[in-house]
Amino acid sequence: MSSVTYDHVVKRYTADVTVVKDLNVDIKDKEFMVLVGPSGCGKSTALRMLAGLESITEGEIRIGERVVNNVAAKDRDIAMVFQSYALYPHMSVYDNMAFPLQMQHMKKDEMDRRVKNASKILGLDPFLKRKPRALSGGQRQRVALGRAIVRSPKVFLLDEPLSNLDAKLRGQTRIELQKLHRELETTFIYVTHDQVEAMTMGDRIAIMNGGILQQVGTPGEVYDHPANLFVAGFIGTPTMNFVPVTTSDSTAKASGFEAKLPKSVAAGKGTLGFRPEALTDRPSADGSNLQMKVDVVERLGSDQYLYGQVGSDQVTARVDPRMKVAPGDTAQLGLDTRSIHLFDAESEAAFF
Amino acid sequence: MTVAAAAPSTPVAARFSPNWISAQLQRYVLHIVVIGLTVAWMAPTVGLLVSSFRPFALTKTSGWWSALTPFQFTIQNYTDVLEQSNLGQAFFNSFMIAVPATVLPVSIGAFAAYSFAWMKFPGRNWIFLALVGLLAVPLQLTFVPVLTFYVNTLHWTTDNLEATGIPGLPWLPVWLAHAGYGLPFSIYLLANFFRGLPSDLFESAEIDGAGTLTVFFRIILPLSVPALASLVIFQFLWVWNDLLVALIYVGGAPEVAPMTVNLANLTTSLGQGSNLLTAAAFFSMIIPLIVFLSLQRYFVRGILAGSVKG
Repeated sequence: MSSVTYDHVVKRYTADVTVVKDLNVDIKDKEFMVLVGPSGCGKSTALRMLAGLESITEGEIRIGERVVNNVAAKDRDIAMVFQSYALYPHMSVYDNMAFPLQMQHMKKDEMDRRVKNASKILGLDPFLKRKPRALSGGQRQRVALGRAIVRSPKVFLLDEPLSNLDAKLRGQTRIELQKLHRELETTFIYVTHDQVEAMTMGDRIAIMNGGILQQVGTPGEVYDHPANLFVAGFIGTPTMNFVPVTTSDSTAKASGFEAKLPKSVAAGKGTLGFRPEALTDRPSADGSNLQMKVDVVERLGSDQYLYGQVGSDQVTARVDPRMKVAPGDTAQLGLDTRSIHLFDAESEAAFF
Repeated sequence: MTVAAAAPSTPVAARFSPNWISAQLQRYVLHIVVIGLTVAWMAPTVGLLVSSFRPFALTKTSGWWSALTPFQFTIQNYTDVLEQSNLGQAFFNSFMIAVPATVLPVSIGAFAAYSFAWMKFPGRNWIFLALVGLLAVPLQLTFVPVLTFYVNTLHWTTDNLEATGIPGLPWLPVWLAHAGYGLPFSIYLLANFFRGLPSDLFESAEIDGAGTLTVFFRIILPLSVPALASLVIFQFLWVWNDLLVALIYVGGAPEVAPMTVNLANLTTSLGQGSNLLTAAAFFSMIIPLIVFLSLQRYFVRGILAGSVKG
């Protein structure tokens, strides 16, 4: 149970290969923080620096008040769950979970109590004598969690722990992990490239790209108020629509339509962003309407996705499944301008 | 319906199609080649076995393949060789040489391989390359300098070492020599194997609080049993069958000479003792056969595991 602070942290491998650039994040005690970003964005490196598996080139990492830059991994009071689970293949489930405690020379009965407790929480009781190869992917994953739980560490580090599970199990485990986080009342730092995991599990999300932290915020904040074009495009499926526009005062003119902006901006070029669900089959009150030449219709039951052309731009719409539309049709759609975003053409930062 | 009825049996046309015929042919050719090679490799050994049970007089007049006519077999050769030559002692000596000469390079090699595979130190790759390069050095090149060093500098002659009265000490030179000759290969094989182990395991163990030695003994060694076993077989067989190194470093004194040296002396010391040679050779084959058969399942796995991942 402890906070974690990244203070101007830099990771540089060689003079011109910098994988983490000036990272500043404060992770609160007992928080579930998700580091998310595309592969190679530096999120795993950030986690591994915290774990003590990579050195820190510049800056400071603190666990609680303690600077851990030069503290060995084993003395940082952290536990880590690896993507591959990293179970010791020649040891039984019990021994796998007991291993970190044996390394602390813990008394036998206390060790036994802790392992039994963890295995009860995770439902591993029937498998304690088995070797990892005799377990399913989900069970292995739980053993890896168990090995972390027994230590009751200050901070839990999870490096893409769900990516080796099938889709259904991933959904279940997501929920189990959140429950676990509530029960353990420990700081969780979770690395993933999957924005759905980030949105569903994180108390807060830190989005990284190219070694640079883009935005930190609750799932709601990053979804509704993305700081820049990258965050806007990364969070949400299907992705946000981006349309090049010319702005003047409070209108944005795209190739196929005009939209009223919620506030007036300086005249110039920009990128208009709106999520697929900002488009509806009802006309917009402020006249921000558009006509889409529909190419593809995807019916998911609860939703209907329309992919098509608006002017010369590719646009996706998520509309009521009862709307009757077929490929080749021209659909009349209204744009809800309360939830549109405008990004600077140069810096890609959001105006709103 | 017609589809369902036709499905269970393969149509005749398909069964005798050119593809089917060529597949069958390939199978037969493969089997013939494999069986042929096996027979060719086995023939000398079988000949040796048959000859060892034939009366000496007969082996001089007819080949082993005509052993069935006249049908005459004896265990005379085996009883003779046990009585006349120093076989029991030589057998024991072979063990005393082979076991330490296997344990030493494998265990030292394992430590070295671990550092080459998973520790970072300056010049690691160059040192490793140099070690692998040693594989290409013919060991005959080393005899004179090493022997000179042993005898002139350390005064490690068999007589001197026996004079100390410490049991086993007379074999020290040959143990060290075999360890040296075996190390490059054992480091090479094990380092490749260790490198193939997933790094997550070590990182996880590191976070769990295991130090370098704990990682080595509790994680690496148990996971490397196949590679270690195959290396043990390699090294043991090589030392057991070795004549040259043993002859150079221990010499022919019967109280220290191994089986191979003893065998080589049989023909000369007993004159026309080639009949004894066949029986004695079979004695010396027993141990390698036992070692190989009992560990062969590791053997195949270990070689693949060590070398495929380069």
